[in-house]
Amino acid sequence: MTASAPETAGKPARGFRIDLKTAGPLLALALLVLLGITLNENFFTYNNLTNVLARSSFIGIIAIGATFVITAGGLDLSVGSMAAVIAGVMIMVMNWLIPSLGIGWSVVLAGMLAGILLGGVAGVFNGMMITRGRIEAFIVTLGTMGIFRSLVTFLANGGTLSLNFQVADVYRPVYYDGLLGVPYPIIVFAVVAIAGEIVMRRTTFGRHCAAIGSNEQVARYSSINVDNVRLLTYILQGVLVGVAVLLYVPRLGSASSTTGVLWELEAIAGVIIGGTMLKGGHGRVWGTVVGVVILGLIGNILNLQSLISPYLNGAFQGVIIILAVLLQRGRRNG
Amino acid sequence: MSSAEGTSASAILSASRISKSFGEIPVLFSIDFDIKPGEVHAIIGENGAGKSTLIKILSGFEQPTSGSISYDGKVVTLPPNGGAEAMGIVLIHQELNLAEHLTVADSIFLGRELKKFGFLDVAEMRRRAAEVMQTLHVNVDPDARINTLSVADKQMVEIAKAISRDARVLVMDEPTAVLSVGETQTLFEQIRRLTARGVAVIFISHKLDEIMELARRVTVLRDGQLIATVGTEALTPDSIAQMMVGRELSNLYPPKHEPDVDAPLVLSVHNLVAKGVKDVSFDLRKGEILGFAGLIGSGRTAVAEAIVGLSHRDSGAIEVEGQPANFTQVAQSVDAGLAYMTKDRKGKGLLLNMGLRPNLTLLTLKKHLKGGFLDPSSEEKALERAVRRFDIRARDATVAVGRLSGGNQQKLMLGKTMETEPDIIIMDEPTRGIDVGTKQQIYHIIAALAAEGKSIIVISSEMQEVIGLSHRVVVMREGRLAGVLEGAEITEGEIMRYAAGIKQSGHNDRISA
Ligand SMILES: Nc1ncnc2c1ncn2[C@@H]1O[C@H](COP(=O)(O)OP(=O)(O)OP(=O)(O)O)[C@@H](O)[C@H]1O
Ligand SMILES: [Mg+2]
Repeated sequence: MTASAPETAGKPARGFRIDLKTAGPLLALALLVLLGITLNENFFTYNNLTNVLARSSFIGIIAIGATFVITAGGLDLSVGSMAAVIAGVMIMVMNWLIPSLGIGWSVVLAGMLAGILLGGVAGVFNGMMITRGRIEAFIVTLGTMGIFRSLVTFLANGGTLSLNFQVADVYRPVYYDGLLGVPYPIIVFAVVAIAGEIVMRRTTFGRHCAAIGSNEQVARYSSINVDNVRLLTYILQGVLVGVAVLLYVPRLGSASSTTGVLWELEAIAGVIIGGTMLKGGHGRVWGTVVGVVILGLIGNILNLQSLISPYLNGAFQGVIIILAVLLQRGRRNG
Repeated sequence: MSSAEGTSASAILSASRISKSFGEIPVLFSIDFDIKPGEVHAIIGENGAGKSTLIKILSGFEQPTSGSISYDGKVVTLPPNGGAEAMGIVLIHQELNLAEHLTVADSIFLGRELKKFGFLDVAEMRRRAAEVMQTLHVNVDPDARINTLSVADKQMVEIAKAISRDARVLVMDEPTAVLSVGETQTLFEQIRRLTARGVAVIFISHKLDEIMELARRVTVLRDGQLIATVGTEALTPDSIAQMMVGRELSNLYPPKHEPDVDAPLVLSVHNLVAKGVKDVSFDLRKGEILGFAGLIGSGRTAVAEAIVGLSHRDSGAIEVEGQPANFTQVAQSVDAGLAYMTKDRKGKGLLLNMGLRPNLTLLTLKKHLKGGFLDPSSEEKALERAVRRFDIRARDATVAVGRLSGGNQQKLMLGKTMETEPDIIIMDEPTRGIDVGTKQQIYHIIAALAAEGKSIIVISSEMQEVIGLSHRVVVMREGRLAGVLEGAEITEGEIMRYAAGIKQSGHNDRISA
């Protein structure tokens, strides 16, 4: 048996079945782009689009983690505050290491490592409380959301933590430069998205997440280690928050108690718009990517036109979320 | 064959030329059906014949694609989603439909709560719930939460709920599938009491003897077609079975091939103590089919779950193929070649919102990895094999498993378990909700597996099944092993005597009374 023959034989049949359920978010995205083009000639420019995508990539990377957590029937409300703490600690670590390591990439790399590590640890904490402590995910992460938020305020002493200017200069390119004209955040976002999609669809971990979210008992009786899979989703979420933050820090070079506020809701919104079910059991990583980009575009388009106040951004996003869920339910009954 | 009774003039509920399609797929073709007050009218047919669909139409849960329904002689459109209950048509669904976190009393009065001065009259509801449960001889606390009950007790709560409404037409979709013989008899008493009051009962079951005992008329469906409606007095279980499957059914049970006396022991359980299990010891030999009989709640499932590591084991030793086995995770027992198939297919066996393929391979994803990634085409092949081997009838493999008929769900679950290629298989109620034709298939599969050298434990509340299949029978009672029967001792009477505690084991030395 050759490796590719049966796969290519099986794929087209499935790929061509276009229905509203899969095409919905894509359709909405296409409509938004069309709308943007008609409203402002600056919309469909390379600069504007890369700008929107680069900004969306933080939320996007976090939302990909959230896709796994939600698919497995969980929820993580702490990601916004977690991002703030990670940003704060990263800055402190880098500043603190300057005397020993000097100004340069080694400091930045150490800071990145600290960020990812801290994200993982935060994920372990959330996950352990939920799986071993048997506390509802909503409650645990509501708690850690408060804890992380107040920690960053404490670390910043109520103000702002700023990265040493010289280190910030070294670090800057990670946000502002790119490869072949594509900013690094977009590249990382794309890589994480593709990897996430593959993990969700083509690994046992992804399948186990869907099984657990769909019916935990069935998963247990099917020899899935429910607690471990759950724990892993929270660790993955934490690590991805770390990844998002290490792209975010060079953008402003600072962190304060307002860093990452409401990111958790934007991430969850992106996941839901993308067609992942909030009660778990079915997740789509590419849908999440589309969902996050939709949210980003709404803000951008509102800023580029003058008919409607951009202050209504939140309202539009809210309408889109509700519409998305309504549409998905409609087709399930039909 | 024509209707055994007279005209449908006196019918309380009747259906005329009912057809039903789900999307493009037709499942019922021009069915005529009627029921009279005080009558029990049974519907039988193979899995997927359309029985559940027909009675859902008769109670408003589905609307017919064409045809009409008359109630009290008037053509009506039944209100959807249980609205017909208010008109006196009450349906007990095939798959249990209880809110898991409510109490028994809450569930029984759900949607028609008793009130006093505008507030819930909790005390009265509890009292009446207890009363109904009493008439059904069910020993559960009205304050118990549904999710703490056994499947059989949940079914009894459903029945209590239905009985306590003032039903004029009571529709029951396989109510006895999860009940023991005793519980079934209690249910039948209640049904007779209701019919004596003029209630019309529509009754679905795959157990032909029950139909013969209870029903006045039988409607036989096959592949969505009405085959016949006949009076039961003219019938034998064999002739019904023949009408159902469209061919003669001989040898429901395959011949028994006893394993060699010196066949090695593949599973030994010594003094097992766990939740619901008190000091149970037994052996299983290679190539043996060991039946587990007993009343519902006698601890048979608890033994199985403790062995495979699904529940905690307090003490005792287990050996698999001579090696000590301490499974704390199901995965370990699967790796050791020991598979357990649950009896609760909806709650623990299948992911109802997913398709056939992910369900089939969930236990064995490892087999379908290529370079660390899942290979859908390999899964697809496994599905094709399972569909052929277990005759799973789904018109479309992507359909959510929750939409398959109950019997086909059961066959899919069997396929899922067998995917692990186990040497020892514990099957908990393997033919629950399965039609006779398929039962025969499954019995032959079980016998063939044993002949191949696999060892099988069959936990079943169907006495005939245990007797027809097993080389030896373990009878359990209240968490203990009451007796082990061999050869000619395996009779219904003997099993009942042990199960009911009339007789204690004489020859099994490890049993304490
Ligand atoms: N909602 C639905 N959508 C699509 N197909 C359905 C739906 N409900 C039932 N079917 C199909 O209709 C057919 C008849 O199903 P039904 O549940 O009525 O069978 P049944 O006679 O009750 O079988 P069983 O004895 O196994 O319970 C099956 O092929 C089933 O897959
Ligand atoms: Mg049915």
